[in-house]
Amino acid sequence: MITIDNVHYSYASNIEALKGVSLTINDGDFIAIMGQNGAGKTTFIKHFNGLLKPTSGTVHVNGIETTKTSVATLAKNVGFVFQNPDNQLFSETVEDEIAFALKNFKYDKKTIEEQVTWALDFFSLTQYRKTSPFLLSGGERKRVALASVLAWNPDALVLDEPTIGQDHEQKEKLRQFIIQLHAKKKTVIMVTHDVEFVAECNPRVILMRDGKIIADGIAKNILTNPTLLEESSIVLPQIAQIFTKLYPLGLPTDIIDITEAETILLAANAKKQEQLT
Amino acid sequence: MSVFDGLKFRKVSSPIHNLDPRIKFIYVIAIFISAILFSQILPLAILFLMQLPFVFLAGVQKQWVKSLRGAAFLATFIFVINIVTKFFYNNWTIQFSDIEIALSMTMRFVVLVESFSVFFLTTSPDYLGLALEQSRMPYEFAFAFTTAVRFVPVLAEEAQTIMDAQKARGLELEKGNLLKRIRNYIPILVPLIVSAIRRSLELAEAMESRAWGAVKKRTNLYLLKLHKGDYILISITAIILITTLYLRFFVTIPSITYYINLISNFFS
Repeated sequence: MITIDNVHYSYASNIEALKGVSLTINDGDFIAIMGQNGAGKTTFIKHFNGLLKPTSGTVHVNGIETTKTSVATLAKNVGFVFQNPDNQLFSETVEDEIAFALKNFKYDKKTIEEQVTWALDFFSLTQYRKTSPFLLSGGERKRVALASVLAWNPDALVLDEPTIGQDHEQKEKLRQFIIQLHAKKKTVIMVTHDVEFVAECNPRVILMRDGKIIADGIAKNILTNPTLLEESSIVLPQIAQIFTKLYPLGLPTDIIDITEAETILLAANAKKQEQLT
Repeated sequence: MSVFDGLKFRKVSSPIHNLDPRIKFIYVIAIFISAILFSQILPLAILFLMQLPFVFLAGVQKQWVKSLRGAAFLATFIFVINIVTKFFYNNWTIQFSDIEIALSMTMRFVVLVESFSVFFLTTSPDYLGLALEQSRMPYEFAFAFTTAVRFVPVLAEEAQTIMDAQKARGLELEKGNLLKRIRNYIPILVPLIVSAIRRSLELAEAMESRAWGAVKKRTNLYLLKLHKGDYILISITAIILITTLYLRFFVTIPSITYYINLISNFFS
């Protein structure tokens, strides 16, 4: 459980990036943090594993205050995948890259071997086991970065812009993977601008603006609120846009799921056919 | 990465900021030469103190202290290496004069860092490029130099992100003995170098696609001209150089050890 209580954070340049943020993240929560550039999203999530310590206010991870422990200790519970994989790849082989964190956390050889094999297999990277990560494509490097964090099986996973540069297949795989983690009662927190991806994942959505949380609720409620989204420079998911336009037909407007949309439209169509006959 | 903070230019106006970069550079080189020529603590300490008026006139005390703090690690390293080598060389004994020499070497390094820090803190990269061009350096070289200077803060920021990413994977930079600590920096340096190379390739492509180098003869919007302050600084520089050469070659500079021996002899 991560508890954030009235956190303010200012950078050395005196820019106040967070202006009093409070939030409770329960074990097993699946959260998408959204908001325009410069809203403080990345600053906020860097507090979850102690990379940044609040200027005032407190952050507790599993009851431990982040100022009272090291990033390495917190990282064991909270895995953090950075936006740009090139900011972390350095090993000679993909295998070494994935084993790096496991070695830092002092796992024994056998566990490291097992976990690396599992992570390689999970992200379809087994064929690149002995390849240099620098020779891989952008999407593959991103997967190596993900694998290198997932390998130690943290309780919570923080993903900064996970869908950037990924094709549809990889995005779908990522979604499946998040659903699997969620089913295993892992906490998943992602920062993203990809509104369609969020609509498909259907998580709890937190909207941020100017270093504050302006909305917190289920995706269905937040992603169909045009005024709220406009304030954060986010456009409605395409399905929600269609249903907003179809409002005069008496259809509901809070729809973001394709299957749900299909059911409603088919029902409406059947009703119309019935009326005609 | 506080060393880089000490080199980051901020646009403000002060008598030092407004000086001609060429003259300032000559001044820094003069200090550089003086620092190399002297190996005694006294003149090096004077060279160190001589920079202070510049720092205060320019109003960059905070950043300047940061750059010194950033250099502290290397300075300590230089001091320790000097002491240790002397220690082994003199059959496991250490004398006061050895400590003084080690201190002088450290002081020399600090003076170099200090003067370059003042130079970069008070000189905009644009003016630096302009200075190089007007000193008849080919535009390509001048451009490469300004770009390198301009990218220092960008790289520093990137280094910070990389450090965060590796810390998030359990890397503890401040753990272990000296050798381990140096090795801890490999996961930081490799991504930094790789991304710097990648960035330079991308920059080259972007510049070429915007027709860089299409015009052979370039003109500049701003031209550098010498003012009163510049003439004062060049005079100061000349005085420093002449004094240095005179002191170095015609005067025996006393060491602190010499005075200490003198005093102890007096009392015994």
